[in-house]
Amino acid sequence: MQKYSIFNLVKNAFSNHENWDLAWKDPTPKEEYDVVIIGGGGHGLATAYYLAKEHNITKVAIIEKGWIGGGNVGRNTTIIRSNYMHDENALFSEFGMDLWRKMSQDLNYNVMFSPRGIINLAHSDAQMNTYARRGNSMRLNGIDAVLLNREQVKEIIPMADFSENVRFPIFGGLMQPSAGTARHDAVAWGYARQADSMGVDIIQNCEVTGFDITAGKINGIRTSRGNIKTKKVGLCVAGSTNILAEKLNMTLPIETHLLQACVSEPVKPILDRVVTFGAGHFYISQSDKGEMVMGGDLDGYNSYAQRGNLPTLQHVLTEGIAMMPFLSKLKMLRTWGGIMDMSMDGSPIIDKTHIDGLYLNCGWCYGGFKATPASGWTFAHTIAQDRVHELNAGFSLNRFSTGYLIDEKGLGTKTWIS
Amino acid sequence: MLHIKCPHCGMRSQNEFSYGGDASVKRPELNKEISDEEWDNFVYNRKSLRGKHLELWQHLSGCRQWIKVERDTATHEIFNTYKADEEIS
Repeated sequence: MQKYSIFNLVKNAFSNHENWDLAWKDPTPKEEYDVVIIGGGGHGLATAYYLAKEHNITKVAIIEKGWIGGGNVGRNTTIIRSNYMHDENALFSEFGMDLWRKMSQDLNYNVMFSPRGIINLAHSDAQMNTYARRGNSMRLNGIDAVLLNREQVKEIIPMADFSENVRFPIFGGLMQPSAGTARHDAVAWGYARQADSMGVDIIQNCEVTGFDITAGKINGIRTSRGNIKTKKVGLCVAGSTNILAEKLNMTLPIETHLLQACVSEPVKPILDRVVTFGAGHFYISQSDKGEMVMGGDLDGYNSYAQRGNLPTLQHVLTEGIAMMPFLSKLKMLRTWGGIMDMSMDGSPIIDKTHIDGLYLNCGWCYGGFKATPASGWTFAHTIAQDRVHELNAGFSLNRFSTGYLIDEKGLGTKTWIS
Repeated sequence: MLHIKCPHCGMRSQNEFSYGGDASVKRPELNKEISDEEWDNFVYNRKSLRGKHLELWQHLSGCRQWIKVERDTATHEIFNTYKADEEIS
């Protein structure tokens, strides 16, 4: 594999950049693999990469129905953070933050990680108290957290509405300075390129149609491009988890819902942080191109549509305008939707299943993108060692029946409750 | 924008309704021995498939009745709506 560097860039300039290697190959499926990962999104690609890098398992195939990075890794609002209160989420996400910081060097691919900080706004005294509690929990877990008062927030984001007579006045906020954003497509492409260079087969336009299971053990999968033998299968298919679960006769604590995001027309730099509205569900940052990147609530009903509906968008942007009135002057450039694997407690599942050799990675809800490296790393460990790592031990499938829910914010499928 | 035909009030905009999830889920019967697995299936586990989906909606800003809606989760086409206690053949 050609290294991406300034020297190679100059060298290739002499041949008009016509001689670069392909970033990854387009192989035909082999008859057998040690591990098959279903789903060529961020998590699937990261899993394959860490299987090869950390566990020396390179006879790996990634099976992707469409094209890699065409799902949620290409549809999110690129926010990276670890501002969680519960240990399971906090330690897992903070482990991921470390991987994010090293990612561009590690992958030899500029993922444009920008640790610009995230501010969750508070709109009441009670909310300030809960933020203080969450901030303290974060700091106990070694995560940076700063509680800001109204004046401090005003200094950082003066464009927010600080007038006195608003419905949700800004009392302060909780900031995680090390949180940020990254170029989402680059994350998928960076993992794909490295995984491919270590021998992983990335097989696109290949749909999984069934599983070969005998005596509770997985023996292979059936795809639109032929049967593949394997002893280990990892599911990383986000919103399509329920479709594959049905083929496995499993019913999961997952519902598939639609989440929208949108960007405004590009404007000059105004916002250099990620900011979330505390009295509803709205988050915003500004991309390097100058677009305001915004998102919020689910559309609210089960959906596989991958495209949004206007009432929710209107609801979300109303919150945005309440928080930052200047947004009302901007034109909308694009809106889009992705299908989320919403778990019932709002926390993910990375676990083995009752079928020997079948591993499950799902339930990412609103926070799949930021979890990409940590999810890939722990899922690779779970598959390679056939046991969960302590970082994902809490994300078990049976926690719903045993009562060990991780109800971080109560943000599960039931948005009408939260 | 979805348009949902409330069996009590007629065709109304989605904005008047609130979603209630999968309508095929049955609560375990009372006064019977109920296993953890049955509770688990009732509270947490869902099929949530692509295609036809029978679901509960409440006409919150209207007659406030709960209704059942048969909708396609991929195309959002609504095939039929029923009263909450209506038997569906």
